[in-house]
Amino acid sequence: MSLKIIVPVKRVIEASVRIRLRSDGGGPDMANAKMAMNPFDEIALEEAVRLREQGLADDVLAVSIGPQAAQETLRTALALGADRALLVETGAAIEPLAIARILAAIIAEEGAQLVLMGKLSIDEDNNQTGPMLAGFLGWGQAGCASGIVVSHNTARVTCETDGGLETLDVPLPAVITADLRLNEPRYPSLPNIMKARKKPLETRALDAFGIDTAPRLKRIEVREPPERQAGLVVETVDDLIARLRDADLIPAGSAAQ
Amino acid sequence: MTILVLADHRDGMLAGTVSRVVTAAQEIGGAIDILVAGRDCGAIAAAAAEIAGVNRVLCADDPRYEHGPAERIADLLVSLAPGYDVLMAPAGSAGKAIMPRAAAMLDVMQVSEIVAVRGPDRFDRRIYAGNAILTVEAQDARKVLTVRASAFVDAGRGPAAPVQALAPLDGPALSSFVSLEASHSDRPDLTTARVVVSGGRALRSKAGFAELILPLADKLGAAVGASRAAVDAGFVGNDVQVGQTGRIVAPDLYIACGISGAIQHLAGMKDSRVIVAINNDAQAPIMQLADFALVADIFEALPELTRKL
Ligand SMILES: Cc1cc2nc3c(=O)[nH]c(=O)nc-3n(C[C@H](O)[C@H](O)[C@H](O)COP(=O)(O)OP(=O)(O)OC[C@H]3O[C@@H](n4cnc5c(N)ncnc54)[C@H](O)[C@@H]3O)c2cc1C
Repeated sequence: MSLKIIVPVKRVIEASVRIRLRSDGGGPDMANAKMAMNPFDEIALEEAVRLREQGLADDVLAVSIGPQAAQETLRTALALGADRALLVETGAAIEPLAIARILAAIIAEEGAQLVLMGKLSIDEDNNQTGPMLAGFLGWGQAGCASGIVVSHNTARVTCETDGGLETLDVPLPAVITADLRLNEPRYPSLPNIMKARKKPLETRALDAFGIDTAPRLKRIEVREPPERQAGLVVETVDDLIARLRDADLIPAGSAAQ
Repeated sequence: MTILVLADHRDGMLAGTVSRVVTAAQEIGGAIDILVAGRDCGAIAAAAAEIAGVNRVLCADDPRYEHGPAERIADLLVSLAPGYDVLMAPAGSAGKAIMPRAAAMLDVMQVSEIVAVRGPDRFDRRIYAGNAILTVEAQDARKVLTVRASAFVDAGRGPAAPVQALAPLDGPALSSFVSLEASHSDRPDLTTARVVVSGGRALRSKAGFAELILPLADKLGAAVGASRAAVDAGFVGNDVQVGQTGRIVAPDLYIACGISGAIQHLAGMKDSRVIVAINNDAQAPIMQLADFALVADIFEALPELTRKL
């Protein structure tokens, strides 16, 4: 069996960075922020590369829709094992609905049978592009995967849900979104970084797709959440219990002995 | 305005998040219907009918909807959409899978995990792991929303609304259920619990978690939560991970034990009314945020706390 896998990747502010908001209400200050591949996409990519290494896939295409700087993210994807990369270049912020539509167009062109993608991107926390894409394509979907086994045109996917670990069989073609515990992504080795420079990275203009990407959500404002008031250091367990009792947070009658 | 709320349910029980979504729906304003889809889900529909402010419950009771297949339920929502201005659901794992799929099929840009209703079209949501609040105005004619239940109060109970049976839709089965490794617990549901006791990496082992966190939770009638590190290490199941990529909670009391307070963890509990942190490192980020910070070794402090309550 040989699959063509598409892995969408997004360039985001690195997970450990505490963002700073611009004073104009427009959102986080990106000017000096450290950028990286969205961690969930990295996990999705790792899974795709492993499927290829197991001989279950023969082509992994990493796709990013974003600014020219996302080429750097795609080079990382190539160093991590993607075979090819495609940048759909745009300076605009594109909403998930339009992202899903562009991805659907690329999938139709490529004839891919599997999309592996992150369950969310850590910037806007929308958690929606994967199921949207599956909806556009009319494909089956499995979300928040912590295990994937592919055989006979079916993916058996273990999904992290509010009720525990749910296992689903999804016929291919399908869209599967990755959760954190799916795998531990590798680091790009120096030889692979060198090799990645020679792998194909195509850039296409967003306009070439003829897809309406006008935003449907008007962004009114981005602001800081309310600050929490500074707290209190308590010295002992008894002190803690007394304070929680005072605040009516633990049942009356529970008292330090 | 007409609003359809997709009910979440598990083990034959209506999820506590649904009546909170009804509160959000009331803030938007309009006639509120609830859709219950499942197998043998009559009792769930009856429970949904008793949520205050509900106009009608639609019940699609059919083997096809057993285990909540996202593709089929999205199809059902899409078929009902012409009768509604707003489709909404709790932002639990079901809502996160079903709603965006339905939104795409309806050519609507979903507003995910709203935490406040500012007007019929205006909503607040958290971005960047909760570190910023974004206000958006949804300009699509129809709206698809998921709701962060912890940000809304329970709508309460009212006189029972009528329940109407809904015929199932034909269509291809795409994903199919194989099995569920459920985590059974008699404790309150994490998302709606009044008190949450959470443990982190510092618990060191599954046994450590069981011996220190669970008895304290039992004493307090609390739900149990955990950091990602504790879940990754297998101390406890994935479904209790609190944070950006886990459950979002806002209880009256959140007790973080041996948790450092990484941005991604704070994203899931920062809106709790009172935060207690127990940590042997006074400089840990969670200690800066806590209302009551106890600098102590959890292996001593937790047994003492449990004993003295
Ligand atoms: C994309 C992404 C998403 C993530 N999503 C989540 C998420 O949803 N939820 C989440 O929790 N994390 C998430 N994380 C992980 C997060 O960044 C942290 O790694 C994690 O929260 C750390 O868990 P911890 O606090 O238990 O462990 P640590 O950070 O190791 O903290 C352990 C704490 O225990 C204290 N301690 C140690 N021994 C004792 C003792 N004997 N007594 C008292 N205190 C003690 C230490 O001082 C320390 O503060 C995510 C990370 C990424 C990159």
